Amino acid sequence: MTALDLTPAPGAAPVGRRIARHASMELRLLLRNGEQLLLTIVIPTVLLVVMVHAPLADIPRPRSNFLVPGVLALAVMSTAFTGQAIATGFERRYGVLRRLGASPLGRIGLLAGKTAAVLAVEVLQVALLVAVGVAVGWRPHGSVLAALALVVLGTVAFSALGLLMAGTLRAEATLAGANLVYLLLLVVSGIAFPQSDFSPSVRSGLRLLPSAALADGLRAALAPGAAIPGAAVPGRAWVVLAVWAVAATAAAVRWFRWA
Amino acid sequence: MTAVEVRDLRRAYGSVRAVDGLSFTAPTAKVTAVLGRNGAGKTTTVEICAGLRPRDGGEVAVLGQDPWHNAALKPSIGVMPQAAGSGAAGVYPAARVGEVLRLFASFAAHPLDVDALLDRLDLARLAGTAWRRLSGGEQQRLSLALAVVGRPALVFLDEPTAGLDVAARHATWSLIEDLRTAGVSVVLTTHAMDEAEKLADHVVVVAAGRVVAAGSPAELTRDDGGTVRFTAVPGLPVAELAGRLAASVRETKPGQYVVTGAAAQAALTAVTAWCAERGVLPEHLSTGRRTLEDVFVELTA
Repeated sequence: MTALDLTPAPGAAPVGRRIARHASMELRLLLRNGEQLLLTIVIPTVLLVVMVHAPLADIPRPRSNFLVPGVLALAVMSTAFTGQAIATGFERRYGVLRRLGASPLGRIGLLAGKTAAVLAVEVLQVALLVAVGVAVGWRPHGSVLAALALVVLGTVAFSALGLLMAGTLRAEATLAGANLVYLLLLVVSGIAFPQSDFSPSVRSGLRLLPSAALADGLRAALAPGAAIPGAAVPGRAWVVLAVWAVAATAAAVRWFRWA
Repeated sequence: MTAVEVRDLRRAYGSVRAVDGLSFTAPTAKVTAVLGRNGAGKTTTVEICAGLRPRDGGEVAVLGQDPWHNAALKPSIGVMPQAAGSGAAGVYPAARVGEVLRLFASFAAHPLDVDALLDRLDLARLAGTAWRRLSGGEQQRLSLALAVVGRPALVFLDEPTAGLDVAARHATWSLIEDLRTAGVSVVLTTHAMDEAEKLADHVVVVAAGRVVAAGSPAELTRDDGGTVRFTAVPGLPVAELAGRLAASVRETKPGQYVVTGAAAQAALTAVTAWCAERGVLPEHLSTGRRTLEDVFVELTA
């Protein structure tokens, strides 16, 4: 047994190392959690495969041009919002946020690590969904840059919403609420089911949802013929996502409780 | 320099004043025990000092600095939050023992050797086990390890031995003694008198959000006349005996009596005579010094 030298030697590790190690812990926990994987990996993938082949909804052909951008939006929502809200809600209940916030990692480092883990999961999701999309006949078109920008903006908006929920409600309420919102947004946002069954006035309201703006925006960015970065994406999608991102971040900063 | 200096600290939760004008100091490189019943304000006090909670009023200097939102202070202090009852020890339930200790070690510039620390606290064989699968005592030991792994100058341990078996308790005590020897200041809360008596250089007795006594265990248990203790039927009119002896007589638990402040010989004679008058047989009649428990019961009754 090595002798323990308990002599005080206080000091924080470099900030980059603290955040990287925390992000890696968060990522391992996400990948180890069955419910999280169901939400972030299994549901978007199964939905894509089933909806491409099953005549369940009146989707314009080729169906994959509608579905791949839709499930990419769902993937962002599942990781940044639902998964993050549930995990963070329980971490708040178990005092993890408080203890890490009081450690040399600090609150800013904690949020940075969580964000890095969310982005890492999104990279895995996009790689998987694009591969499955190509396998079922989808061909990428348009502007990858505009699509990436939309994903980042959507991640900011959904992360802030997820943290707002986790930082204000009880863990059980967050668990139920985040799943319910996920399901509702999946159905009404034009992610895998077109909004054509809704009346025009309801539809214009639904377009203001962040999930609808992200799905519409990605569909336009990745549509054939949209070669100029971002030009095909409707201005409304950018504005809606930006407003959600700013408003939800402000609300989370204002109301989030660490313990 | 003192490790912790608290003056007139106040903290209320709604209308409940958990800490109400509390003042104490904790010396450097010594063990300070904050002793009190449940709800006395120990945890609130320690959490404010550790930077986990804001205060309503009063002054707090931890290693000379205000602990609230103080990033510069964080590497110098280690915290073990209370686990019993709250379930909020602050560890990811699915994280494994080794990886969570390595995570906290990675936040520090000069951390302890993780494997040696796991060995020392008998956690090495559990390195691959998730936190939620640990027993209460194992969770307590890991939580202690997390508090010290960054080699802090000052550690706050909130009920570090609550729920531990005898062996784990002694392992924890031995680590705390080694921390002190190495020059680390330790502030711990407890309601175990033997723990305070054995470990602490300095004891702070807290009741109803205030400090009712402070000093070394020897100072607190010093008394002039010695102590007489006996057991008899509960509910004897102790005030009468106290008046006769001009001393303090208390029923500390039903049927257990302690006489303090009278010469031992006189107290023994008076107790036996008084009991005989009432037709009561005093059992376990003994004399001796006061214990910390006697002092505590007197102060917080």
